[in-house]
Amino acid sequence: MTQKKTLILAIETSCDETSAAIVADGHIILSNIVASQIKSHMRFGGVVPEIASRHHVEQITQCIEEAMSQAKVTYQDLAAVAVTEGPGLVGALLVGVNAAKAIAFAHQLPLIPVNHMAGHIYANRFEAPLEFPLMALVVSGGHTELVYMEKDGVFEIVGETRDDAAGEAYDKVGRVLGLTYPGGKQIDQMAHIGQDTFHFPRAMIKENNYDFSFSGLKSAFINTVHNAEQKQIALNKEDLAASFQASVIEVLVTKTIRACQEYQVKTLVLAGGVAANAGLRATLKEQMACQLADIKLMIPPLALCGDNAAMIGAAAYISYQKEEWAGYDLNAIPSLEIDEK
Amino acid sequence: MEKTLLVKNEEETKQIALKLAALVEPGDVILLEGNLGAGKTTFSKGLALGLGIQKTIKSPTFTIIKEYHQGRLPFYHMDVYRLEDSGADDLGLEEYFEGDGFSVVEWAHLVAKNLPQTYLEITLNVETNDVEGRKIHFKAVGTHYEQLLTVLEKQL
Repeated sequence: MTQKKTLILAIETSCDETSAAIVADGHIILSNIVASQIKSHMRFGGVVPEIASRHHVEQITQCIEEAMSQAKVTYQDLAAVAVTEGPGLVGALLVGVNAAKAIAFAHQLPLIPVNHMAGHIYANRFEAPLEFPLMALVVSGGHTELVYMEKDGVFEIVGETRDDAAGEAYDKVGRVLGLTYPGGKQIDQMAHIGQDTFHFPRAMIKENNYDFSFSGLKSAFINTVHNAEQKQIALNKEDLAASFQASVIEVLVTKTIRACQEYQVKTLVLAGGVAANAGLRATLKEQMACQLADIKLMIPPLALCGDNAAMIGAAAYISYQKEEWAGYDLNAIPSLEIDEK
Repeated sequence: MEKTLLVKNEEETKQIALKLAALVEPGDVILLEGNLGAGKTTFSKGLALGLGIQKTIKSPTFTIIKEYHQGRLPFYHMDVYRLEDSGADDLGLEEYFEGDGFSVVEWAHLVAKNLPQTYLEITLNVETNDVEGRKIHFKAVGTHYEQLLTVLEKQL
């Protein structure tokens, strides 16, 4: 080995997933353990039951041990411990924050707090170095934001949802269609079979800002389904899915492209759980190639779209280089914004 | 004590929320019920505005609880939609209810056993053949909330 690599142990417990990872130099994954609970959700056929802190407590130690052993490292090899401080659910966040503090104290390692949304953006760092200035479209179950980055570690929200997150709208509409949780992936698949025959509204698409709204689309969808039920008309579910998806994607892509033009960025980054949506990936690629061919489009690998600790390790490496450590008074901040501090 | 109101549109719903927000005190809890798309989050937006919170109130479905500290009282906006199967036993909701802020719980019936004994419950119902209109049903449980509802009624 020519040069010793900087190894960061990263921990993520902001919502449903307990995860630990070892990341080298901010862009090489040595291990990335996600104690995914999706299986237990499907067993219930209902909506996520496992955000309880108790489950994070049960899994966190195992996740960390597994991450360490899979990466074949010991605590002596580590340069720092990184953890998600927010946004998220306070009880869930605290499990990760306290585990990270304990390890940092016991092994005298620097402690690095990371914003969960920054983590999603930096998931792209595992593909290639980020080129600035960049625009990030962050879409997940809890967020829909356009984030402008002039350089590493500096974030400015230029647009966001005013009500529901895009991923949330997918899951709720999925429920109306009688799909099992999580509905997003199935709607994506059904959308590829169906046609946009219902022409749902494209909320805020023409407005001169970069904000989004998905609550009206959700209501329009529900009204359409309920009215048909009352009149005992059977609607084509694939067409409903395709129409819903067409509206979401058209609004997201149109506003994102406009933001890229306005801010004259070099790179567009897609991030968050909904970045796994095949329809969104395809449309964004196609529209960027045709409208903004000079801007580099980065889409994270499927495995890194959802919540995971490796992305936290990638974002933490920026803070590590600037020696931005936290003290042992580090606390969870449930409503942390990406442009705070 | 119960009361039912009919409103014509979203704006009227918001006006009621604004008036209610001016009356709530630290430790007050409002339970918000109604189907998907009935306007629960719209009502919550009105409450937040009435407290003087300028920030955009976004749906808390994914993170379950969102806290806002910019208004007259701390505002705890909760949505327990995702807790249907698990309940809210170790989420510590009681710490919010017993705290010094004002709590709003959307889909509250899904965590019935984790709720306080007294509250004001507001149910939003979509009227058949009227996409815009809503029937708003108030149910006050406990003397404090009965008084609150009486005062609100006089202002409507």
